[in-house]
Amino acid sequence: MSRRPEDVRGGLRLEGLVKRFVDVTAVAGVDLELPPGKLISFLGPSGCGKTTMLRMIAGLERPTEGRIFLDDQDITDRPAYTRDIGMVFQSLALFPHLNVAGNIGYGLRIRGAEKDRIAARVGELLDLVSLEGLGDRRIQQLSGGQRQRVATARALALEPRLFLLDEPLSALDANLREQLQVELRLLQQQLGITTIIVTHDQREAMTMSDLVVVMNAGRIEQVGPPLDVYRRPGSPFVAGFIGRTNLLQGEATGDGSIVVAGRPFDVAGSADAAGDVTISVRPEAAQLVSDGAPDRNALSGTVVFVRDLGELFECFVDCGLEEHVIVAGSPRDWVPVQQGAEVAVRFPADACVVVTS
Amino acid sequence: MNANEKPSSRTLGVLAFPVGMLVVFFLIPFGIMVATSFYHRDPGAFYTPAFEFANWERLFQPVFLERALFSIGICLLAGAVCIAIAFPFTYFLTRMRRRPHVALLIVVLSALSLSEVIVAFSWYILLGRASGISNILVWLGIMNESAAYQPSFAAVLLGLCYIAFPYCILTLYPQLTRLDPEITEAAQTLGASPWRTFWTVVVPIARPIIVAGFLLVFVFTLGSYIIAFFLGRPEHWTLSVFIADQASANANVPFASTMAIFLTVLSLVVVGLVGLIESRTRRLT
Repeated sequence: MSRRPEDVRGGLRLEGLVKRFVDVTAVAGVDLELPPGKLISFLGPSGCGKTTMLRMIAGLERPTEGRIFLDDQDITDRPAYTRDIGMVFQSLALFPHLNVAGNIGYGLRIRGAEKDRIAARVGELLDLVSLEGLGDRRIQQLSGGQRQRVATARALALEPRLFLLDEPLSALDANLREQLQVELRLLQQQLGITTIIVTHDQREAMTMSDLVVVMNAGRIEQVGPPLDVYRRPGSPFVAGFIGRTNLLQGEATGDGSIVVAGRPFDVAGSADAAGDVTISVRPEAAQLVSDGAPDRNALSGTVVFVRDLGELFECFVDCGLEEHVIVAGSPRDWVPVQQGAEVAVRFPADACVVVTS
Repeated sequence: MNANEKPSSRTLGVLAFPVGMLVVFFLIPFGIMVATSFYHRDPGAFYTPAFEFANWERLFQPVFLERALFSIGICLLAGAVCIAIAFPFTYFLTRMRRRPHVALLIVVLSALSLSEVIVAFSWYILLGRASGISNILVWLGIMNESAAYQPSFAAVLLGLCYIAFPYCILTLYPQLTRLDPEITEAAQTLGASPWRTFWTVVVPIARPIIVAGFLLVFVFTLGSYIIAFFLGRPEHWTLSVFIADQASANANVPFASTMAIFLTVLSLVVVGLVGLIESRTRRLT
């Protein structure tokens, strides 16, 4: 624990964090350790407490219980304006009475920096977010994407230890959003600044993050690198929230295999599973088999719907379960099937994940 | 509807009523007043229609000019005092939780139900010697004997601020309610204390309505005469008191009309000047 401050900046630790409002508990006990220099996303449906967590880290909301440590310093009782953070708000919250340069240089002006230094730093930041020469523009004259960049530059002006973003791209249209996701991620990698982004968009989280924190109902469901969380969801909620999935209800027989709809399944790493279990299989991991059902890890059914999205082919199969099984794949290696065809769906053992037991 | 199109007959119909009211109850009386200001006053009688400049010449006596400047001065001061109190008050009101917020708003606005006469009399009593607030201080042992705080300049200013205060809040309230709380939070994440946030973000953003509220109080108090009459000595009287005095006590309607027009023009000039300064400085920042 003898890290020197110059080695790592922006390591964050949350201990037993609880936030209760008058009639709701927004955050119900969160312990979390976030490594410095990474981009972490808080992902979850609206009302899951992710924004409240971010606001507590920023110092805009006081935790009811628990402590917050930034680089092993307890900052729980420090007001927002002494916390060394930069934040981009959902509404962006740009100052309408100042122009672009005034907005970006606001923090430096508050700290009493000299005019020349402010101008130089503002110029640097405008370059950083590709807004060269727009310092004199009024906020009202900017497009949505430009405003987003101004908000980013303003938050980074003081080289904060933590960079926090609260659904920063939600007001933009889909194309621009994807472009800015990549830009923000590259910027974060270039600066190596610890960044937390709150989002309800799993694609955004997958695009940008080193680490995803999936939240539901005020609690953390799962923490891990995006692909780990995607491939090995820890609960049916995570499996359903991060991407689409097929959930199969089954029963562990005790001899290492699981029975789903009367068919035996081998599931990797399920040796100690017992009783009723739920298996998650991603659509792109499931396979269509047209020449008879294999003995294990397969269900037969009828194709009810087929769609070709150009980049992706999808097939909905009625296997007699509660919901249709979705099989997806690249059109390149797709076996053409017709609506109404009798097929079998194979669920490879290494693609099956037990999400409850 | 395109601005260049001719207004439809329906639009004209809707506009007819307010425009008619404005003509009948403002423009026509004002025209009569302008005409009256040139009439001849019959001492002992009333006035006779004429066209003479006697009233206007009389207006440019030092005493009336001095009163006019005093009126503008005290009303500008009332505007400044009202804004200084009402702006922070309204700002913190809009940041409060709903229940105390609404309760406080109702209390403040209920002061609107008091007529100017009642307000003037109440302050007259409260600031007087016989049963005023100084008696409480005596009872508490803070003062030795009760004192009178009226008539005085401060009493007039207090009364003017009191009647204008709720209107000032009503002007500030709508925009301050709409001020995005994330804007002040953003300032705080950038290192501004709540105090600096207030001065560097809230006040500059709200400047147009601060000016509007200030001008409202100015114009509103300029027309008040009961407050100054009850709570001030003659040297604290505003031009409005003299207008009322001339019109009712001296029955000199032509001269009262002249002063009223003069006051209207003066207040328009002040409002115009403040508006000009505001738009100039806004363009510079």
